[in-house]
Amino acid sequence: MFYCCSRRRIMIKLFKVKEKQRELAENASSGPPVKKQSAGELRLHKDISELNLPKSCTIQFPNGKDDLMNFEVSIRPDDGYYLGGTFLFSFQVSPIYPHEAPKVKCKTKVYHPNIDLEGNVCLNILREDWKPVLNINTVIYGLYHLFTEPNYEDPLNHDAAAVLRENPKMFESNVRRAMAGGYVGQTFFPRCI
Amino acid sequence: MADSSSRSRDLDKLLLRPGNLVGPRFEPGTELRDDLQTFAKVLVVGAGGLGCELLKDLALTGFRNLEVIDMDRIEVTNLNRQFLFRLEDVGKPKAEVAAKRVMERISGVQIVPHFCRIEDKEIEFYNDFSIIALGLDSIEARSYINTVACSFLEYDSDDNPREETIKPMVDGGTEGFKGHARVIMPGITPCFECTIWLFPPQVKFPLCTLAETPRTAAHCIEYAHLIKWNEVHGGVAFDPDNPEHMKWVYDEAVKRAELFGIPGVTYSLTQGVVKNIIPAIASTNAIISAACALETLKIATECSKTLSNYLTYNGSEGLHTEVAEFERDKDCLVCGPGILIELDTSITLQKFMGLLEEHPKLQLSKASITHRGKNLYMQAPPVLEEMTRSNLSLSLFNLMGKLPKDVVHVNGTTIKNDQKFSCLRKLRVIFKGVDGVADMDTAGGA
Repeated sequence: MFYCCSRRRIMIKLFKVKEKQRELAENASSGPPVKKQSAGELRLHKDISELNLPKSCTIQFPNGKDDLMNFEVSIRPDDGYYLGGTFLFSFQVSPIYPHEAPKVKCKTKVYHPNIDLEGNVCLNILREDWKPVLNINTVIYGLYHLFTEPNYEDPLNHDAAAVLRENPKMFESNVRRAMAGGYVGQTFFPRCI
Repeated sequence: MADSSSRSRDLDKLLLRPGNLVGPRFEPGTELRDDLQTFAKVLVVGAGGLGCELLKDLALTGFRNLEVIDMDRIEVTNLNRQFLFRLEDVGKPKAEVAAKRVMERISGVQIVPHFCRIEDKEIEFYNDFSIIALGLDSIEARSYINTVACSFLEYDSDDNPREETIKPMVDGGTEGFKGHARVIMPGITPCFECTIWLFPPQVKFPLCTLAETPRTAAHCIEYAHLIKWNEVHGGVAFDPDNPEHMKWVYDEAVKRAELFGIPGVTYSLTQGVVKNIIPAIASTNAIISAACALETLKIATECSKTLSNYLTYNGSEGLHTEVAEFERDKDCLVCGPGILIELDTSITLQKFMGLLEEHPKLQLSKASITHRGKNLYMQAPPVLEEMTRSNLSLSLFNLMGKLPKDVVHVNGTTIKNDQKFSCLRKLRVIFKGVDGVADMDTAGGA
């Protein structure tokens, strides 16, 4: 039983009263335009205001400080095969965040076993292992980790994965050549270092 | 007593006489029945499986002022259950055809169709309705309507919801043989956001499984949909409603399935996986809509107690139905009262943040503040902190657009039992001595 207020009036009477109020108010000036924030935007605001990124990761908001749903993260690994390169990722956050993971694409063409040439990123927490308790910070750390520890077990780039597994020295030189701007096999990689 | 040949013979049995299950303020009589027709205005959101049933049920229940909103056009696959539509209607807007058909069959009912997205309507459009009945098929759409309906809610100075600002919603959903119907009274029962965490996570396959090691027909389909499409059509967005796009995905999925020796890829499975469709059954929709229409009548007339507050139905093996009483989340960012704060118009943003630290119910330090989508101050990251630092010395009243009262959200750290916690809170801010704020009781703020 949800009726708790002792002075509760029946619904229909309320509708009648509201109808009269509306007629009276029709000529009155309207208030400021109302923009409602979704709960997802609020949770995102929380995640962003608590960001604690390492020096190698920076974040940009191309649509200004009031659009937190679309942003870019630059990762400049300070270790491993990709040392010195700069890799740009785009983030798109849905209004039902954190029920849905952010959509992340790599905007820099990169020779990497877990990132394909279209920019799709194979990171478990972006898809099958996403949980609402995770946040933007954990996603960015996850992406950073892809550069310091690329793995050939979840390959999106089949060839790169094979080379990393069978010939790490050749993988290293392929990565350097790609980052400097050059060909690996038939594919050209623009400079990103 | 009721005329046995009149149209309202059955409705009269509920509205014209007292009973043991009636609501506390129920007043039987013809005035109630007539007022239902004159003053109750119901919006049906969605004109699909649930929407068609809802429109019919509500019109036959005695509601005379209905509106329906749906952005879709009729497709052939709708015809097994969206009974207001016929083959010659394929391609026409659902809302318009549904409204027309119900008005043709039930004299006296007025239904205004809206062929557009729910986001395209001004917020005040939704405030016009006595009750909103939802026949939606996604979390996003429900979340949106819930946010809008709860935004009308105001609280008094004792943190009680102000009755005349409560916008009741009746929400139905179905999936195959299963369905739910729930009553949402913002401020009293849990809103959609209060219980959103109960949804299980969506099924998402790892991209590498799709790329390297598919094992099921669904993997092949998602490979074509998520990976191959962009490789070949880079730049062109995949449109699930475009039959050519769908055919392309199906053909690619078949090729992939053949490559890996996986059976089971069919065109209809392709549609199902890509659009996340579960086959729909007319009877489930009818059952859930009937429950929703009945609750709408009960809310409007108090002729009986409403279900409290979440009904589940499962007809897949036998038939099971149950009503659970979920509780509100007192700290819900969407429907909760938040914390009431009275301020002087002269206060700066910086001073306000100091107040938050000292406020006994908050004790919030390192606050980040947002108001109606505008970030007034952000503690992090450094780029946003720089962009908002200049607001610190400005008047909060001005930053909030000189509104006499409104809601802000603040995020920061608080200490409880010697431990630091991050916390996001809703605040109802009222500025003292501003026109339109007579006394605390009328200064609710949504």
